[in-house]
Amino acid sequence: MAKVLVVTSGKGGVGKTTSTAALGAALAQMGEKVVVVDFDVGLRNLDLVLGAERRVVFDLINVVQGVAKLSQALIRDKRLENLWLLPASQTRDKDALTDAGVRSVIDDLRTKFDWILCDSPAGIERGATLAMRYADEAVIVTNPEVSSVRDSDRIIGMLDSKTVKAERGERVEKHVLITRYDSGRAARGEMLSIDDILEILATPLLGIIPESQDVLRASNVGSPVTLNNAASAPARAYIDAARRLLGESVTMMVPVERKGFMNRLLRRRAA
Amino acid sequence: MMNLLRLLGSRTASAPVARERLQILLAHERGLRGQPELLGLLRAEILAVVSRHVVLDPEKVIVRMDRGKNVSTLEVDIEVPNGFERSIAAAAT
Repeated sequence: MAKVLVVTSGKGGVGKTTSTAALGAALAQMGEKVVVVDFDVGLRNLDLVLGAERRVVFDLINVVQGVAKLSQALIRDKRLENLWLLPASQTRDKDALTDAGVRSVIDDLRTKFDWILCDSPAGIERGATLAMRYADEAVIVTNPEVSSVRDSDRIIGMLDSKTVKAERGERVEKHVLITRYDSGRAARGEMLSIDDILEILATPLLGIIPESQDVLRASNVGSPVTLNNAASAPARAYIDAARRLLGESVTMMVPVERKGFMNRLLRRRAA
Repeated sequence: MMNLLRLLGSRTASAPVARERLQILLAHERGLRGQPELLGLLRAEILAVVSRHVVLDPEKVIVRMDRGKNVSTLEVDIEVPNGFERSIAAAAT
């Protein structure tokens, strides 16, 4: 049965789009049929992170408004035949999305895919509430930083009250994905630890993605990090997270810094 | 020498402060969540019911909710005008 998963956070810039692309690609690499849907109307970026920015013709709004058929708007990934993108509109504003329109698109996608990953815009406005509205599961992307944790808590409250599942008295299955984690800084007490975050949010952990150059490098070239460098630390963390979404039990690895002392010294100077 | 001292941890860790601030803040915010809508609704409906029988000054109806660790309370404070008993008696006849 198809699963609708929203990737959300409240706060901007924490890695929702990167995580949607990486998890979507990882699931597709495991043989699942996946569509990633960009809900960030007016500020779309999932197309860019996936390297499909020049192939967008129709978008989510066109489908919602009946201007285009779903099959015309879906873009198939050039590297992974199981991965598809439904882009957001860059020109319209978020009011063009309607609850009924989103429901019909999601219902349609459910018949065609195993996973529907909804990349939520930041904030708690219409775009974000519609992205989570029909979700069965949610990945809450959180940085080890006070403002991000606070916003995640707010979003968790919304997932428990404003989704169709919540209104039916059911539960959206929620997971926290910690991104931009720096184990060295956490060990020195400069950054909230994994335990701190999980205790405060009281939500199970899906994975820990380390702060890494590989993430930026992958988005620079328009490739999900799990495809661009599958052996890198963030890619392995995303692949483990995807396996957990599929119900496998994978031992949680806390990514540790492997940089040598000289290496760090040089990097600090370069920065 | 200063650098060495810093490396040895003379700088205090800020994460415990972050953690404590978040815990206090979120406990407060979770209590407030959804409350304005609910309280406004309760206030409007209580006002409508009581106004059917007694003439009230809407400003004198106060609905307040306190969320405690074990028990939460809903406090309804309605100030009725003098001559309240007489208006009840009049309504009964």
